[in-house]
Amino acid sequence: MEITINFKEEKEILHVLVKGEIDAYTAPKLRDKLDAIEIEEKANIAIDLSEVTYIDSTGLGVFVAFYKRATRETAHVRLVGLSERIKRLFEITGLSDLMDIDTDKKVELS
Amino acid sequence: MEDLEREYHKILADYVKEQSERTLYIGQNFVRQLIRRNISPEDVVSLHKDAVETIYPAQFDELRLAYDFLIEMMVHYGMAMREHQSLLQKQAEIQMEMNIAANVQKTMLKTPIPSDMTIDIGMLSKPLKNVNGDYVHFIDDKKYISVAVTDVVGKGVPAALCMSMVKFGLESMEEYAHDPEHVLGVLNRIVERNVDDSMFISMFYGCYLREWGLFYYASAGHEPAFLYRAEENKFYDLEAKGMLLGIVPTTKYKRSEVLLEDGDIIVIVTDGVTEFRRDDTVDERQVVASLIHDVKGLPAQSICEYLYSELEEMQEFELKDDFSVVVIKKV
Repeated sequence: MEITINFKEEKEILHVLVKGEIDAYTAPKLRDKLDAIEIEEKANIAIDLSEVTYIDSTGLGVFVAFYKRATRETAHVRLVGLSERIKRLFEITGLSDLMDIDTDKKVELS
Repeated sequence: MEDLEREYHKILADYVKEQSERTLYIGQNFVRQLIRRNISPEDVVSLHKDAVETIYPAQFDELRLAYDFLIEMMVHYGMAMREHQSLLQKQAEIQMEMNIAANVQKTMLKTPIPSDMTIDIGMLSKPLKNVNGDYVHFIDDKKYISVAVTDVVGKGVPAALCMSMVKFGLESMEEYAHDPEHVLGVLNRIVERNVDDSMFISMFYGCYLREWGLFYYASAGHEPAFLYRAEENKFYDLEAKGMLLGIVPTTKYKRSEVLLEDGDIIVIVTDGVTEFRRDDTVDERQVVASLIHDVKGLPAQSICEYLYSELEEMQEFELKDDFSVVVIKKV
C-alpha cells in the first residue's frame, strides 16, 4: 500500500494531507516528509488523517517524534479527520491526552 | 600457469582424438585443480583458446574474435560471481549472529510461570522474526503474583534491544513489584531518557493478591485486557488509561482493580493478537472474546495455545506482528 503526502498553506496554517496506510513500510516516507518541514516558532500545523485508513505503532512513533520537535519550537500541531478506529488508537495509547486531536475537520486540497 | 596449459592441451587433444570416459574423468580432476588454485573463469577460457589454437591452427583465425569476446564476458561474469559469493557469505554471517542473538534473548527473557491453588496462569509469546519485541515478565511472591505484558514499537532487533532495558528495569524494582503505578512511573523515566523520540513502549502491569483474589492493574498505553465474568457469562474491557512509556517523563499512572470470582478469566494481550485486520469490517476484539468464550473451560495454557492457532489460521499462517497472550483464570 502506497502513501501520499501533500502540503497546503492556508491562513497561516500548514496543512499536511496524508493518504493511505501508515505502517513499518510507509512510515519512513512520512517521517522524511515531516522531518523536511522547517518549523517556525509559534507555527500552526494541521495534519489531516481523513484519508488514512490504518496506522500501526511505527506510524504512531512518527507522529510522536514530529509532535515533540514541533513542541520544542513552540509550534502547535493538530491531528484532524481521524476515523473512529484511529482515534481509538490515540486514546488507548494515551496520546490523545498529549496531542490536540480533532475527528471532524477536513481540508479540501484544491 | 604453464603447467596447467600443458596439461589442458593434452586432455583436450586426447578427447578430440578419442572421446573416452577416462579423458572425461581426467578432465573432472583437472577442474578440481583449477578451483584449488583459484583460477578465474576468464583464465579457463583463455586456456581453452590457446589449446584450440594449437590443435586447429588452420581454422583458428575465424574463431579468435569469438574467443576474445567470451574472455571479456567471463571477466565480468567472474566479478559478478565473486560479489554474489561474498554477499552470500555476509548473509550467512548475519544469520548466524541473529541466531545467537535470538538464543541470548530467549535465555534472558525467560520467565517462569507462577502457579497457585486459586489461579491458573498460561502464557504464550511468539516473535514474528528471530527476536521478540514483546515481553512477558512474572514476579512470584508469597503474597502476590505480578505480571507485566510489554510491547515495544517496531519489530526485530531494535525492539529486542529496547526490551532488555525493560527487563532490567523490572528486575531492579522487585521490592515494588506489587505497585503498578510506581513500576510504570520509574520505567517511564528510564525509557524516556534512553530512547529517541519515535520510540516507545506499551505495558500492562497487573498484580494478583493471592489471599483476597483481588487483581489490580495499571496501563501505559497498552491495549485493554479482557475480563470474562463467569457468573454473567459476559466480557468486559479492563480499561486503564495511561500514557505510553517514554513520551512524557512526568507521567503519573493510575490503578484500577477488580475482584475475581471463581471461573473469571483475565486475558492480557499485545496488539499482535487483536490487530489482525486493517479495515473496520470486523471487530477484532469481539472475535478474540468469542474465541476465548469457546474454550473458557480449558486450562489457561490451552486457552493461550488455542488463541494462537486460531488467529494464525485466520491470517493464513502469516502473522504480522509479535504475538503474546497471558491468561489468568480464577479456579
